[in-house]
Amino acid sequence: MKMSVKLIMPFVNSTINVFTTMTKIKPEISAPHLKEDAHMTYDVSGIIGFSGEIVGSVVVSFQLATAQSLVNALVGMEVDPQSLDFTDAIGELANMIAGNAKKDLGLMASIGVSNVLIGHGHTIGRLSAVPCVVIPCHTSAGDFAVEVNIKPAA
Amino acid sequence: MKILLVDDSRTMRNIEKKILADLGQVEFAEAGDGEEALGVIGATAGGFQLILVDWNMPNMDGITLVNRIRSADKNTPLVMVTTEAEKCRILEAIKAGVNNYVLKPFTPEGLLEKIKHVLPAAA
Repeated sequence: MKMSVKLIMPFVNSTINVFTTMTKIKPEISAPHLKEDAHMTYDVSGIIGFSGEIVGSVVVSFQLATAQSLVNALVGMEVDPQSLDFTDAIGELANMIAGNAKKDLGLMASIGVSNVLIGHGHTIGRLSAVPCVVIPCHTSAGDFAVEVNIKPAA
Repeated sequence: MKILLVDDSRTMRNIEKKILADLGQVEFAEAGDGEEALGVIGATAGGFQLILVDWNMPNMDGITLVNRIRSADKNTPLVMVTTEAEKCRILEAIKAGVNNYVLKPFTPEGLLEKIKHVLPAAA
C-alpha cells in the first residue's frame, strides 16, 4: 500500500524544524520507507492521533538515552526520565511535529492530545488498512524514528 | 509585570517562563486549560499584564478562553502560542481578539519579539 509523498514531506520538514528550533540539534533524515513488520523496538514513544480529513496517527519513537538527551536539550536542564516532566516533554515534541506538519497536508485535520508510551523494547503496531511510512532520523544525541500512519479520510 | 501562561504542557510553560524572564521583573501564574485559567484570572487581584494561550487544551480550548476573556476584558494583551498554523485558524484567533500569534516551534528571540510588539513598555 503506497502513501503519497505529499503526506510524508510535511513530517520530514516538521521533524527537522521542531528539533532544530527547540533543541538546537538538527536531525539528518534517511530515506523514508514503508513499514511492513513491527520489528523495530523502542523505549519511549509519543503518539498523536489525527481526525477530520486525515485519519490515523503519527508516532515519534526513541531509545531511552536519545530521548533523555533530546528532552534535556528541549527543557534546558536534566530531566528525570521517571518524572511526569519527561513524559510531558515527549508529548510536546510529538504535538509540535504533528501540529507543524498539519498545515502542509493540504487537508483540514485536527490533532488529539498526545499519549506517551514508556517501556523498554516496545514495538509500534500499524493499522493494516492505513499505509505506514517510517522516517529514520539521526542526531548527535542518537537516532530516532517518526512513523506516519495516516490517510485521507474520504 | 504579571504574566499568565495557559498551556496543558508544563514543558511548554517552563520554556516560556525561561524566555520571558528576560523581560525583567516578572511574576508568573500558570494554568493547564481554559477553565483553570478563568479561575486564576478571577482570583488574581489587579489582573495580568499579558496572557499567553495555547489552542489545543482539554476542558476548555484556547479559542474559547480568548472569547470568554474578551467578553469582559478588551484590554489585556493576549498572545496565542500554538501549532495551529492554517490561515483560517489564525484569522479565527484574530477575530476572537488575540493581539499576536506565535507558532510552535519558536526560538527565544522569535517569542520575545512577538511579545514586545504587544507590550510597548517592554520593547
